[in-house]
Amino acid sequence: MSFNIIVLAKQVPDTRNVGKDAMKADGTVNRAALPAIFNPEDLNALEQALLIKDQHPGSRITLLTMGPGRAAEILREGLFRGADDGVLLTDRAFAGADTLATSYALSMAVRRIRAYDIILSGRQAIDGDTAQVGPQIAEKLGIPQITYAEAIERAEAGRIRVKRRLENGVETVESPLPVLITVNGSAAPCRPRNAKLLQKYKHAKTVTERQVEHIDYIDIYSSRPYLNLTEWSVADVDADPQQCGLSGSPTKVKKIENVSFQAKESKLLTGSDAEIDELMRELIANHTIG
Amino acid sequence: MNNIFVYLEIEEGRVADVSQELLTKGRSLAAQVGCKLEAIAAGAQLDSVAEQVFPYGVDRLHIFRDPRLSPYTTLPHTSILVELFKQEHPQICLMGATIIGRDLGPRVSSALGSGLTADCTSLEIGDHEEKKEGKVYKNLLYQIRPAFGGNIVAWIVNPDHRPQMATVREGVMKKEIFDPHYRGEVIEHPVADFVKEEDFALSIIDRHIEKSKVNIKNSPIIVSGGYGVGSKENFELLYQLANVLGAGVGASRAAVDAGFAEHERQIGQTGITVRPKLYIACGISGQIQHIAGMQESSLIISINNDPNAPINAIADYVITGDIETVIPKMIKYYRKNTK
Repeated sequence: MSFNIIVLAKQVPDTRNVGKDAMKADGTVNRAALPAIFNPEDLNALEQALLIKDQHPGSRITLLTMGPGRAAEILREGLFRGADDGVLLTDRAFAGADTLATSYALSMAVRRIRAYDIILSGRQAIDGDTAQVGPQIAEKLGIPQITYAEAIERAEAGRIRVKRRLENGVETVESPLPVLITVNGSAAPCRPRNAKLLQKYKHAKTVTERQVEHIDYIDIYSSRPYLNLTEWSVADVDADPQQCGLSGSPTKVKKIENVSFQAKESKLLTGSDAEIDELMRELIANHTIG
Repeated sequence: MNNIFVYLEIEEGRVADVSQELLTKGRSLAAQVGCKLEAIAAGAQLDSVAEQVFPYGVDRLHIFRDPRLSPYTTLPHTSILVELFKQEHPQICLMGATIIGRDLGPRVSSALGSGLTADCTSLEIGDHEEKKEGKVYKNLLYQIRPAFGGNIVAWIVNPDHRPQMATVREGVMKKEIFDPHYRGEVIEHPVADFVKEEDFALSIIDRHIEKSKVNIKNSPIIVSGGYGVGSKENFELLYQLANVLGAGVGASRAAVDAGFAEHERQIGQTGITVRPKLYIACGISGQIQHIAGMQESSLIISINNDPNAPINAIADYVITGDIETVIPKMIKYYRKNTK
């Protein structure tokens, strides 16, 4: 038994390491100043796909991402770890998409990919934390979903058994295939890059990358077809441009506020013995503690 | 028609706190826009739901009773909401930003093509102008949430699509009885008209509910640590102080991501919201997402070796120093001066 698996991944700015120049003077996000990374929970999802492939040789993993040209970096990261194919969905018409427009575009790309049994993605991306795109895609494809997955216990012909992590417990569910599964950060971490695969795929490029780097003439791209990363536009996946990007997004950003706190008048203490003693005496006296 | 709907989460017949909080918010939003408040209950044990929710000012309660609807699974609950909303055309739908709400909300929004905003920290009613089209929208729901690692606060609106959907975490909104004698209408719906047999294709094999070991939500005192605590070992100091004061231990997202503390301790927009009488923030810089989860603490003490940490702006006491020196002094004084 082998499975066709699609892993949905996103390249995200590393919001966990936001520096002082992360915001521009006009209050918008300075994406250029932030390192771009493979969304952490999408790596957990990739690992679940790889584990299925380990147990069911012959299974194929296609990594699908939507983003600007540079997002091809995470496709290579996926290939280095054991994915078989990478697809970049990229088009100016996708810009400004909210979760619904994103799910529409990705669902159209999934339809374009050959038959699939299992779609895996991270629970949520660290730049938005919404956890919405996975379930929205499942609805558009008309397939069941399993969110907050922690481990895939068993995959067999037409069925899958998955352990979910709830707020206060665990749940094991069984679903028919095809299914969309979103994976928690508490699941197994992704394996590191494989040295052989790194050698094999380090020159894997999208057609745009080859053109930009003026290497599209190099014959390895015809002699080694696996080095060609698939690149699809709105037209390639037969999507309706009106349902993509800003125009396909029901939510609009009314305004963005920079964060400013209503500053209180704080008492400043240096941490000397006398000052700490006085503070603690006060807190005990007014019954805040004790 | 065009009312405000709240999806009720029900575990063993009891309406969850987060749903009660959303009913309270829904009641005040309904008063502002001049519409009714409606609630949806889908499950097995629903006999006491009406008496639980009417005091929050619910005008209409929609009941869907079927043993297969409990415990929650995605597809049947999705079908119920989608079909009900096609009939009722709500203007607003609120859900908890819980595992259930975050599983169900996006599914429903995708089916209806409506916008959904996750983890709102504030909901308000107001007008909106689309300048390009010269259109003015009256009484939209402002869905307000920190975004982008907490560096900005975004105000989101859904001008053209209904319902306007939002999820909110437990503890963010306050729950308040509207009128203990308030009574609305109960509508029992035939489940078979809403749910298809194939919606029950997914089966629950096993389910363990463990009471969480960490319960800081209701602690009157919280000692909380950030990335600045430096290590898991240093977090021990926080536990020692908490132990002495009878406090709970919380953490910022950065500390949780760094592995200093468990996920259940995370305070902030995507964690727990707390309102203790004393909040001691140790080595927490104070991103807005963290502040959103603790700013209503009665008294805030910040211990940080960076005198310019943003959290200091909202602290009542700012101690500039290392936690390794400050916390032992606090413990020492407290031990000496209390019984």
